[in-house]
Amino acid sequence: MCLGIPGQIVAITDAARMMALADISGVRREVNVACVIEDDIAALIGAWVLIHVGFAMARIDEDEAAKTLRALHDLGEAQDELDAMAEGRRALEAQP
Amino acid sequence: MKHVTEFRDPVAARAVLSRIAETTEAIGATREKPLHIMEICGGHTHAIFRYGLDKLVHDGIEFIHGPGCPVCVLPMARVDECVEIAERPEVIMTTFGDAMRVPGTRKSLMQAKAAGADIRMVYSPLDALELARRNPGREVVFFGLGFETTTPSTALAIQQAAREGLANFSVFCNHITVPEPIRALLDDPHMVLDGFIGPGHVSMVIGTHAYDFIARDCGKPIVVAGFEPLDLLQALLMVLEQIRDGRAAVENQYARVVPEHGNPASLAAIADVYERRPSFEWRGLGEIDASGLRIRPAYAAFDAEEKFGIGYAAGPRSVPEPEGCACGQVMTGRIKPTACPQFGTGCTPEMPLGALMVSSEGACAAYWQYGGARAAEPA
Amino acid sequence: MTAAARPGGLRDTRVTLSHGGGGRAMRDLIETVFAAAFDPPGMEDQARLTDAALAEPGARLALTTDSFVVTPLEFPGGDIGTLAVCGTVNDLAVGGALPRWLSAAFIIEEGTEIALLRRIVASMAAEADRAGIRIVTGDTKVVGRGAADGLFVTTTGVGVIPPGRNLEAALIRPGDVAIVNGVLGDHGATILAARGDLALSSDIRSDCQALGHLMEAAVAAAPDIRAARDATRGGLASALNEMAQAAGMGIEIDEAALPLRPEVVGMCEILGLDPLYLANEGTLVLFVPETQADAALAALRARPEGCGAVAIGRAVADHPGQVRMRTAFGGARIVDMLVGEQLPRIC
Repeated sequence: MCLGIPGQIVAITDAARMMALADISGVRREVNVACVIEDDIAALIGAWVLIHVGFAMARIDEDEAAKTLRALHDLGEAQDELDAMAEGRRALEAQP
Repeated sequence: MKHVTEFRDPVAARAVLSRIAETTEAIGATREKPLHIMEICGGHTHAIFRYGLDKLVHDGIEFIHGPGCPVCVLPMARVDECVEIAERPEVIMTTFGDAMRVPGTRKSLMQAKAAGADIRMVYSPLDALELARRNPGREVVFFGLGFETTTPSTALAIQQAAREGLANFSVFCNHITVPEPIRALLDDPHMVLDGFIGPGHVSMVIGTHAYDFIARDCGKPIVVAGFEPLDLLQALLMVLEQIRDGRAAVENQYARVVPEHGNPASLAAIADVYERRPSFEWRGLGEIDASGLRIRPAYAAFDAEEKFGIGYAAGPRSVPEPEGCACGQVMTGRIKPTACPQFGTGCTPEMPLGALMVSSEGACAAYWQYGGARAAEPA
Repeated sequence: MTAAARPGGLRDTRVTLSHGGGGRAMRDLIETVFAAAFDPPGMEDQARLTDAALAEPGARLALTTDSFVVTPLEFPGGDIGTLAVCGTVNDLAVGGALPRWLSAAFIIEEGTEIALLRRIVASMAAEADRAGIRIVTGDTKVVGRGAADGLFVTTTGVGVIPPGRNLEAALIRPGDVAIVNGVLGDHGATILAARGDLALSSDIRSDCQALGHLMEAAVAAAPDIRAARDATRGGLASALNEMAQAAGMGIEIDEAALPLRPEVVGMCEILGLDPLYLANEGTLVLFVPETQADAALAALRARPEGCGAVAIGRAVADHPGQVRMRTAFGGARIVDMLVGEQLPRIC
């Protein structure tokens, strides 16, 4: 349900109607930004938002994105260590 | 694509997958006695099949595909009513592409269009508003579908129409909510679910507290997840860790998009324009209390049900599901799509009998399209 | 041949029913708008064809027919005219034929701008020139407003298959390499954006291009090419499924190897579409024996139409008739034929 895709706000097109231009991987579409304005609509330029049916529904929190990625990365490192340990054990066992 | 590509990294997936396998084994789940994890959201169902996640995870995990596809749970009576409105000569019916092929008792919107109704696919309710501005002599109706993610968009469109005095715009409202059917599922004594993956985009609107009852009252873990494959795997791992540790909490894997308390502007727009119906019919699940929204009297001028005297405004009417259709049992996780006697014979994507075969988020269509039915072995 | 308009009796700016009436108005329309694209000018009702290649013992004629409808008639990267010429040339070329002659019939809706027709005919002439095919005969009809969507074009193409050349899917063997000549889905994404009703804009252009010269280069470099298809409507997925079924082979492709422009990926993410099913108008898929795959790739990459050529998968003995894809994420899934048309979705 609810296809949503990250896009970056590149211009304000109609401040009164709260409309802005979003760039999604090189495709541009005018979107409504009523749900993500914090104070000044112009401050949205450059912001990453989650777009659903022509509406920016959330600002993407870059810190949280980085945190999630770090957690995934840490899992990977832990896994590499486990793999290395297992590899070492096998090497030891294989010795005559 | 920023915020997308990095969550599709197959190398990072290896570590999560092996951690999932370890945790599943620590819990003691096996192929014969699997853990049943429901992904509530149809978008998650789609992603699971698109990336082949069901075949990548430990075989002690079984995904149960939940009711979170608004097209799949739309009752036939509402499709019939939409067709009825669309067939009026003054009407331009606008809809998301998803709804075009959903069968009604007489016809689908696609068939109604072929028979002469003016039905147009749009990407956004904003496009329907624009059509209304450009066609002042016509009635432009938007087929409002979807859960809390989509509801703010039609609410804002109605508010905009009211500001502009756009009298020829209205919404045929079929918006529904996520928590109520989940409560109904959990109240069902036959239901055996061990945990939930929560809908990410619904939650960006309503926040995560709407699911507190799942953990607190029902003792089941739920983790709100994003839609990229790594998001889903990480959320699954978080659910498994809760099960292993004997915990039940609401957790948020998708914090980059989902704030704890949701989006205040969206919630305000919903509250301004919509109110709860006493109950709403779900295909396969029946009437569920307080699970649907209708347009408030203050915005009655933009309510297609009022304008055309149709639907719940004219008194509820239910249409029985087609003979032999087991969508309800599939949606509640009682049977797999392939166990439905109609699957692949009486019901195919070419000639869908039930809604789960129509939407690409429907479990049956996903099974069919991505070969869950026909190919047990990965390529 | 000259595409320049000759002064004639045509003063209207839009086509009217009288341009289809068989009288002077029709003759004016044909002479001032269409004859410019035809070769030789002042054509007879039927073309009389001679070609040295035909005289070779063992040479075969190839015949194809196709209809072209597209909204809008003009789009970034082409128009219905380039589409008609390229589509016809490509149908011939993927069968191993040298494209030679083309006939075109135009069904014109009353009210269509004559300037638009001129532009479309001019691009047909230019495209035919580039592709080395001659437009030798044609026909026009005018229908009332609403009976057609601007302009429909129907073509027939004739080509010559040199002696000894045989390309067909039944020849595909396990291990053969699947190659595409470049990025996928550009045409489909362009048309979606150009229709305007989704209010999406991008710099994507249709990949509309004739592939005759490219096919010849590929065949010269890799003489044992088994089969080729142009992946038009229904996209790469449909072309591969057709080939798998015709060959009685399985096909495995690798998602990570598929060439896609970021903009096309973006458009697909927004609309919930699968780029494997987006239409192409200048994309071919070749099956080549593994030993000749590098030579074929090098030959394709040496021409602009093939500069993005890559291997995307191979034929296998398993799961005959079925196309499977290893996802970029390491999973696997079936890539089936499309049911009906792909609709934009929000869920």
